[in-house]
Amino acid sequence: MGIAIIGLAWRSLMNRKGSALLTILAVALSVALFLGVEKARQGAKEGFSSTISNTDLIVGARSGQINLLLYSVFRMGDATAEVSWPTYTWLDGRDDVAWTVPLSLGDSHRGFRVLGTNLAYFDRYQYAGGQTLRFAEGERFDDLFDAVIGADVARDLGYSLETPLILTHGLGRVGLQQHDNRPFRVSGVLAPTGTPVDRTIHVSLEAITAIHVGWETGTRNPMADTISEDTIRGFDLTPKTVTAVLVGLESRPSILRTKRSIDTYRGEALMAILPGVALTQLWQVTGVAERALLAVSLFVVAVGLVSILTSILTSLNARRREMSILRAIGARPGHIFVLLVAESALLGFIGALVGAVIVNGVLAAIGPFLESRYGVSLIGTGPGLLDLTTVGAVTLAALAVGLLPAWLAFRRSLSDGLSVKL
Amino acid sequence: MASPFVSVSGLRFAWPGAPIPTLEIDAFEIFPGERVFLRGPSGSGKSTLLGLIAGVLEPQAGRIEVAGQDLLSLSSARRDMLRADRLGIIFQLFNLVPYLSVIENVALPLRFSKKRRDRVSGSVEIEAKRLLAALGLDDSSLLQRQVIDLSVGQQQRVAAARALIGSPDLIIADEPTSALDTLRRDQFIELLSVEASKTDAALLFVSHDPALAGHFQRAIDLSDINRAQPIEAA
Repeated sequence: MGIAIIGLAWRSLMNRKGSALLTILAVALSVALFLGVEKARQGAKEGFSSTISNTDLIVGARSGQINLLLYSVFRMGDATAEVSWPTYTWLDGRDDVAWTVPLSLGDSHRGFRVLGTNLAYFDRYQYAGGQTLRFAEGERFDDLFDAVIGADVARDLGYSLETPLILTHGLGRVGLQQHDNRPFRVSGVLAPTGTPVDRTIHVSLEAITAIHVGWETGTRNPMADTISEDTIRGFDLTPKTVTAVLVGLESRPSILRTKRSIDTYRGEALMAILPGVALTQLWQVTGVAERALLAVSLFVVAVGLVSILTSILTSLNARRREMSILRAIGARPGHIFVLLVAESALLGFIGALVGAVIVNGVLAAIGPFLESRYGVSLIGTGPGLLDLTTVGAVTLAALAVGLLPAWLAFRRSLSDGLSVKL
Repeated sequence: MASPFVSVSGLRFAWPGAPIPTLEIDAFEIFPGERVFLRGPSGSGKSTLLGLIAGVLEPQAGRIEVAGQDLLSLSSARRDMLRADRLGIIFQLFNLVPYLSVIENVALPLRFSKKRRDRVSGSVEIEAKRLLAALGLDDSSLLQRQVIDLSVGQQQRVAAARALIGSPDLIIADEPTSALDTLRRDQFIELLSVEASKTDAALLFVSHDPALAGHFQRAIDLSDINRAQPIEAA
């Protein structure tokens, strides 16, 4: 049995090239879809969980864990309350805290969020397992009215170094309340990261305070314009509040003790979250859609397998004579059985292989583009265990599907004897 | 005389659901190296008898011995092995596996029988070509062609070469000449007989055409040995 029969199955398939190729194509496309979805899913999950790394705690006013994560890291939604500056200095001065990066949110520019922070941000904010921010051009903000823009901001708005920009109070795309008396200039453009940083405009904390001079009531004081820039530069621009704080600890093992201590701080209702835990929780919320997608792509693979079944079953009648010739020559019913199962498995194997090649070829072709333009890293989505197990599983499934026509032909080869006359 | 290679006795066979048996044969024997002609009209049960001797059908009663072995006492797998090792079969039409080359078709039985493979000394391809040449197919361009592009006569010779390869003990031919004209028919039977006798293979040749009987050592009318009277098919 064995090789001789698989060889026959192969020759038989080649004899029906047209329908075999169509079947292989159907399987290949279904497997390509499945692998594409699965790789995109893994890539998205990896990209998502690598949005922020090496930050031990994120501290904000007490609300929900996901809410705090959304506004501090993903720049989505709003903080319900702020953290007062004295509380921030208390946090920064704790013995178990190694470093802090204050974040101040609330303004925007043409739909992109503005983040007030300090220079430590450019060293401490890390993503994708420890990468720090890189500058595509320019440098960190130095002057009070300098701004560092993310890659998407630069691309979408066509901004580059020295471009002037005017911030909007609040988050409206075209707010009526412009900080047009205090124009900024772009001092640096960041390289793509694939994180929300790409869609952020970074300025100093002091700049946030400065543009709000005269806005203490929450709206523009008519007197605001009369205050000259030089006067403002002379002010004490220490912010009164920040929105959230990224915290790095001296020692990781004490993380839960520090968290509890911050959560129970008496001066203000605070909350500290572990970014990794919060990211996982958020992913689970969005995971339903992703699992639905996976289910759909699995069904498509099932359709591919059914096309194998269809092609073999329809060929069976036309090959009745062929089977009885093989039987007369000495093929045992077991040979006929193996012949058809081998045929089905061959179709599944070749189809799955072609599908895997298609997906990995496309990824290899568009990977560098995605990386440079969107900062999406496809590392880990190359050919790997997933492809191998998928090809193996589809081959096994095709083999299982082939059992039905094989059993039918087996039965018939027993009852037909030698005397099939067609 | 030696003991028969095929021995049928007390045989009764009815197709499932048929009201009367197709075959009831008291005795029928083929001796080693013997060339036997079995005549009978269409539907008289000739192919059924061949199926029984080849071990793909089982009788309701009686005994069939092939090469000294009682077929009924063998498992179906052993019967299949026996057929693969000892019998070569030629059909009326559509003999060849369409997706294999001429040479591969001839060599096909060797894939299923180690015994027949072992009986071919040397290269399978050379033996296949030798048989084809002996049967009048020595044009090398023919061998490259798709088997479905061959004429019926050429196909029948390829089928005969396939039945002969690996020297089986009995060649069974089921109306192999019905699609050939008289001249080609006689040629075919002569070549087949000569090749069969070279390896001392017995030949059981079945046809409805009594004119062929002269080519054989012994001619039998199925109706003479079959007590059952099946309804004649059209």
